[in-house]
Amino acid sequence: MIDVSGLRKVYRDRDREVVAIDGVDLHVREGEIFGVLGQSGAGKSTLLRCVNLLERPTEGTVTVAGQELTALGQSELRRARQRIGMIHQHFALLSSRTVAGNVAFPLEVMGIGKADRARRVAELLELVGLADKAGAHPAQLSGGQKQRVGIARALAGNPAVLLSDEATSALDPGTTQSILALLKSLNRELGLTILLITHEMNVVKSICDSAAIMRNGLVEESGAIPELIATPGSRLTAELFPLPAPDPGSVTITFTGQADEPVVSEVVRKFDVDVNILGGALEEVAGVSAGRLRLRLTGDERAAALAYLSGRGLLVEESP
Amino acid sequence: MTWDEMTPLLWESTWQTAQMVAWSTLFTVLIGLPLGVALVVTDRDGLFPSWTLNRVLGLVVNIGRSLPFIVLMIAVIPLTRLIVGTTIGTVASVVPLTLGAAPFFARLVETALREVGRDKVQAAQAMGAGGSTVVGKVLLPEAMAGLVAGLTVTVVALISYSAMAGAIGGGGLGDLAIRYGYQRFETTLMVVTVVVLIVIVQLVQTLGDTVARRLTRH
Repeated sequence: MIDVSGLRKVYRDRDREVVAIDGVDLHVREGEIFGVLGQSGAGKSTLLRCVNLLERPTEGTVTVAGQELTALGQSELRRARQRIGMIHQHFALLSSRTVAGNVAFPLEVMGIGKADRARRVAELLELVGLADKAGAHPAQLSGGQKQRVGIARALAGNPAVLLSDEATSALDPGTTQSILALLKSLNRELGLTILLITHEMNVVKSICDSAAIMRNGLVEESGAIPELIATPGSRLTAELFPLPAPDPGSVTITFTGQADEPVVSEVVRKFDVDVNILGGALEEVAGVSAGRLRLRLTGDERAAALAYLSGRGLLVEESP
Repeated sequence: MTWDEMTPLLWESTWQTAQMVAWSTLFTVLIGLPLGVALVVTDRDGLFPSWTLNRVLGLVVNIGRSLPFIVLMIAVIPLTRLIVGTTIGTVASVVPLTLGAAPFFARLVETALREVGRDKVQAAQAMGAGGSTVVGKVLLPEAMAGLVAGLTVTVVALISYSAMAGAIGGGGLGDLAIRYGYQRFETTLMVVTVVVLIVIVQLVQTLGDTVARRLTRH
């Protein structure tokens, strides 16, 4: 649905060059929620702005819904943007307009008549649960309500794609969960593809199907979350399941979907080994339960026990 | 001088001042508002970046701002004659008043527009809005309270300028104060003129503040 390839963005500041994005490929499938995770300054915000060309990439192409945006002229690009919704960290609502006026704004840009606008605005406010706030001004709303208006506004043009720029970073934890739940339900019910950027692992954990980790303008890893978890040395996995630093000789096993199978006790019963659990974490991610255990295995059949675990489809990583 | 003698003089002068200020406010907005918008949109990260145009406009505004009004008023006499046909009177004073106030107002417009959050502009662009839509539907409406506050300051400045215009035959309350208060030692008239000016400025400021407050929705 969104294909970014060979993307580079270089800012020129007098004689200095700042590379914000240094060759990024991103592939977002139709109907999925894709999260780009990274610290501030990693380039994720620039990346998102390159997807709807608010920032013009220095190199590379961006294709959204089969249309290569980087090849379009100004007026075609404006039309294409009407089908790409965007929500913002600080909501970016117009304080001079009412809630209904804000949602109507993109419809005005599209040149939709007054009667149709009013009907669509009512529908959208109903969808985000703010039908009773149509006449209020943004200043009278809570943060969560403002973001709901932002979402209604972003959906006005029936977009195939929604871009989310740290949409929950300015919200408290409870409100964050309700906004994430709304995004998830829009994704399910409308088949909306969502590309979001965030610095909160919680967001990725709660709603994302796929993720990418960005650092210093580069994507370090990217893909469906269950696959990433099953990848040796994954940074996403390490951040998702925070464990103490590995002791020499310890073993880390990562499992997805087999959380209810008693693998550890099986190993102890089948092999002549002792198991000491050093740490562990369990999470429900992308619809599957996954977890990590840090173990110390000692005994004569250690190698055989590890081979058995690998054979059961677990990712086994030994610390040197 | 008796009140009966003063009253018609005061009414006539107040009316002249009102006319000068009203017309020059109109032309100041017509010139200063587009100029202020142009200063913002032609800037490096603006909607229509143009370094050259931005520098030229900035220079023009700065020249207008650097001349004291009394100097500007005399310097533009040939231009006033060209436009109005005369250099004396209320109508003629509108030319220097506008030239003095428009660059001032343009800077205030620029400041007010820059207060509008960049994310609002980007949000509109992300919806597919073009540059003129962004100016008309985002920048100007969102900055309206600031624009009204700027206009209020400008009108007050114009009232003050208009008194100076009186010195070279523009008429109005300034002219009255110079001719009667300064040259004929009519202290009562002088005091009344000062009071009238204070009342007018108060009225303008209060009106401007009220409108600006009603437009503020933070």
